[in-house]
Amino acid sequence: MHSLDATDWFPSRHIGPSPDERDDMLAIVGAPSLDALIDETIPSSIRLTTPLNLPPPESEHQYLRRLGQLAHQNQVFRSYIGLGYHDTFTPSVIVRMVMENPGWYTPYTPYQAEIAQGRLESLLNFQTMVADLTAMEVANASLLDEATAAAEAMSLMHRVVAGREPARHRCLVSDRCLPQTIEVLRSRAEPLALSLDVGPASRMTFAPDVFGAVLQYPDEAGLAQDLRPIVERAHAAGALVAVAADLLALALLTPPGEMGADVVFGSSQRFGVPLGYGGPHAAFFATRNAFVRQIPGRIIGVSVDAHGHTAYRMALATREQHIRREKATSNICTAQALLANMAAMYAVYHGPKGLKAIATRVHRLAEILAHQLTELGVAQRNAHYFDTLQIEIPSGVEQVRAHATERSINFRYIDEQTIGIALNETVTLDDIEDIVAVFTTALGRRPSRGMRETLRQTAGSLPATTGLPGALTRTSAFLTHPVFNTHHSETELMRYIRRLERKDVGLDTSMIPLGSCTMKLNAASAMLPVTWERFSRIHPFVPTEQTRGYAQIIGELESALCEITGFAAVSLQPNSGAQGEFTGLMVIRAFHLDRGEAGRDVVLIPASAHGTNPASATMAGMRVVVVASAREGSVDLADLRKKAGEHRDRLACLMITYPSTHGVFEDAVREICEIVHAHGGQVYMDGANMNAQVGLTSPASIGADVCHLNLHKTFAIPHGGGGPGMGPIGVAQHLAAFLPRHPFAATGGERGIHAVSAAPWGSASILLIPYAYIRMLGASGLADATRHAILNANYIKARLERHYPVLYGRANGRVAHELIFDLRAFKSAGIDEMDVAKRLIDFGFHAPTVSFPVAGTLMVEPTESEDKAELDRFCDAMIQIHREIEAVVTGKADAQNNVLKHAPHTASAVSASTWTHPYTREEAAYPLPFVRERKVWPPVGRIDNPYGDRNLFCSCPPIEAD
Amino acid sequence: MSYPADLKYTKDHEWIRIAGDVAEIGITDFAQQQLGDVVYVELPDVGRQLTAGDSFGSIESVKAVSELFAPMGGQVVEVNPSLKDHPEAVNSRPYESWMVKIHLSDPRATTSLLDSAGYERLVTT
Repeated sequence: MHSLDATDWFPSRHIGPSPDERDDMLAIVGAPSLDALIDETIPSSIRLTTPLNLPPPESEHQYLRRLGQLAHQNQVFRSYIGLGYHDTFTPSVIVRMVMENPGWYTPYTPYQAEIAQGRLESLLNFQTMVADLTAMEVANASLLDEATAAAEAMSLMHRVVAGREPARHRCLVSDRCLPQTIEVLRSRAEPLALSLDVGPASRMTFAPDVFGAVLQYPDEAGLAQDLRPIVERAHAAGALVAVAADLLALALLTPPGEMGADVVFGSSQRFGVPLGYGGPHAAFFATRNAFVRQIPGRIIGVSVDAHGHTAYRMALATREQHIRREKATSNICTAQALLANMAAMYAVYHGPKGLKAIATRVHRLAEILAHQLTELGVAQRNAHYFDTLQIEIPSGVEQVRAHATERSINFRYIDEQTIGIALNETVTLDDIEDIVAVFTTALGRRPSRGMRETLRQTAGSLPATTGLPGALTRTSAFLTHPVFNTHHSETELMRYIRRLERKDVGLDTSMIPLGSCTMKLNAASAMLPVTWERFSRIHPFVPTEQTRGYAQIIGELESALCEITGFAAVSLQPNSGAQGEFTGLMVIRAFHLDRGEAGRDVVLIPASAHGTNPASATMAGMRVVVVASAREGSVDLADLRKKAGEHRDRLACLMITYPSTHGVFEDAVREICEIVHAHGGQVYMDGANMNAQVGLTSPASIGADVCHLNLHKTFAIPHGGGGPGMGPIGVAQHLAAFLPRHPFAATGGERGIHAVSAAPWGSASILLIPYAYIRMLGASGLADATRHAILNANYIKARLERHYPVLYGRANGRVAHELIFDLRAFKSAGIDEMDVAKRLIDFGFHAPTVSFPVAGTLMVEPTESEDKAELDRFCDAMIQIHREIEAVVTGKADAQNNVLKHAPHTASAVSASTWTHPYTREEAAYPLPFVRERKVWPPVGRIDNPYGDRNLFCSCPPIEAD
Repeated sequence: MSYPADLKYTKDHEWIRIAGDVAEIGITDFAQQQLGDVVYVELPDVGRQLTAGDSFGSIESVKAVSELFAPMGGQVVEVNPSLKDHPEAVNSRPYESWMVKIHLSDPRATTSLLDSAGYERLVTT
């Protein structure tokens, strides 16, 4: 390296252990070198023989400088395209305090509720906001996007109705639903053999085989219509109705809940979440209490803690894939928590009055524009609208398009003679003037000089009412809870956000050793550009000449991911790992169908698989056959052979995680793949454990045909407290033709399946993060990251295996990037994995993964980003906890009244006037010296889970309740 | 753990109390302990016809869910209304917390059922 070369290289910032630490750790692990350790860990038969062929690494500043240039190849037009995406002002305090704040973007899904009360409260605000605005009884805490929310609504209606009347299999879909929504409905209906009738809502016929209808409100062209007549007809015929709604419009319009809708869903994007060329954004989903157990995804509920105080938690987990597997309500796992929190904070900041003012202003601007265009002699076709006009130009739209483009304006060109214009909160009278000018010039009229004056006069002379008929005018109150009526100054909101943030543990606090979740560094340099206007303020359906910067990044990222997986093609469309699974299975299905083998519908899934695997298989219309695990945790080869043989004519694929969910590189993986191929099946590799592979082996090397990559695990997209995520899939050459297409973009294979997401490249703006990660690490840095992830896991094993038995490993004892500690031996003394998980909170640590893939265990994945000192603190904490367990086992400590059973200890419990425990307050709160410097006080004591599920309450509790 | 002698049992950890041609069905002490705190019991509509082996509902704890299977065929004549608001009774009083009453199509078809001693052997070995 030249002495004048850059000094700010990323690998040493990303990888925790320094070279000296590495050597110390290797000595404890008992390996002569890092390479030797890797040789002992990964079977030689699947090792890559050459380094990854990737561009040379860039230093952090080199990267940011080049990305600035790429950003300038994107053009930020004023986009009035609509179609479910609207420009918005993200309040700066929310950008700084939430979106760009590691305190909010680095935590995990709030499984450890005691150290997640901040974001749980905010997600409860989100649910309350959605339930209020839609006038529904219960809402969840976000889905991936509006289109997949529509598919979930369809599934819910089918489950509810067909549960009683199995013959009902037809779903009616308004042809005025968003085009991408209809596409995704098609992709999800087809494998389940549900019939989809797309047609005008007014002509829907509710035959006896119809289970539900999906409507859009206002519709995709902006028309707002009273839904009551359709809802009444549907209900009279025993069918249900789901309505896609615009949250901002609902501040003015009669909410679908008051019109009898059974499900209301949509996107919360325009509540302050940047367009981001397609995402990430949080979708919402609301329904009746009667269907609460049918809701997909996370629901936050209110419960109490050990001291009887109000505490929040995720409720009704038994609906979800990790418990109910192939019988789950959905495969959804990662959702869009960070974005739901931004939308919730937007509602908290503006409150009901502010939202109504924003909605009213946007609506009046639309009225002014409609008036001006009508004056020009142009026909506006929407009888009633909120913010979107439909303009008819009999002479054709091309002149308008040309003049609009000249002024950096995007309209929606619906057909040769029709233009859609969707306004939003960023629009000013100047913008309206520009729009009118475009039409004036395009129609060959002389621009009037006093345009501005005319507009002001129009604004003044229009009647003060909204111009909406009574049936469509909202009269009910919303957001009446104090939380939406308190934090309206920036000072107050700043403090509210900080107050919540302080209750939570993220990577900004300490290591989060969650197995199978890969909680690695989310580097600031990778995050920064996400909020740059030239990436964040771009509508997903703009013409491609405005997004050359994005195109280059997407192209380079796809190539890099192909190189890393060894595959021929990649689809960036899926928005989560689970959605990647569904997409991959649908691609496999299309492949078999294309070869005339429609009967191939059996999926072999190892008993230890992630719950999303069987849930996704069910959604893809496949049958799950479970393959047993052998005693050492690997796939039972004899059972695999037997089942592959039994189903040889129906075998679609095997879904396998590698390294296994037990954290082991199985030697037989190639043989496993060969068995499946020999019986006509494909191999789907679940990429959850890809962090142990990158640069050292690959899905193609083990013999897989498809895999998904969790970009939010392996490639450093932050977990956001439960999303965003990205789950692109890579496929071998023979499957490339079947990758998903999209109605608004040239993407996917020539015989591609229907779209699986609302946007062509999923949550495009966060693709910048894996792009940065790969460009700044380079081939050697990526491989080094993997090596250190494996080193860190084996180091923890070496330090802790004398205290806690490690369940699985290779014959030589090496584990991959994660490992499982068996706590079942302590059960007879009354101590279980949950006690250890909660006690770790007193040391300032988030628990490892609890009871997956084996009940009664903890699975630890340290990642490469943690240095030796942090690993040592974690190990010291675990060893101290082991001493505490021993005290209970030997009877030195009371079986019930001990430091484990009462963990975690809150500040108010430790400082209370009365102390009824046989251990000291110091033992409770400061069990080791290092804790003094780093103390995390949990805001609540241990949460009563059964209470929360038995007394389900899913919106903001009344203030008096506490 | 107790397994009353006047009940019949299944390998799916349910108990059956037969009185004439009507049977009450619930889950055993062993089953409730395995499940943990029960939070919800999903029950069928009255009038539903069941053949032996049919799934007729499910029982949920905070972290597990388990299906309920009809041990004998018949028609559902009653579901226990108190479980809706007090699912925890399944934990505290498993043998009083019947879930459904079935009008049996053949009250003598009990050959596949276990007696108390047989069931106890099943769960202790």
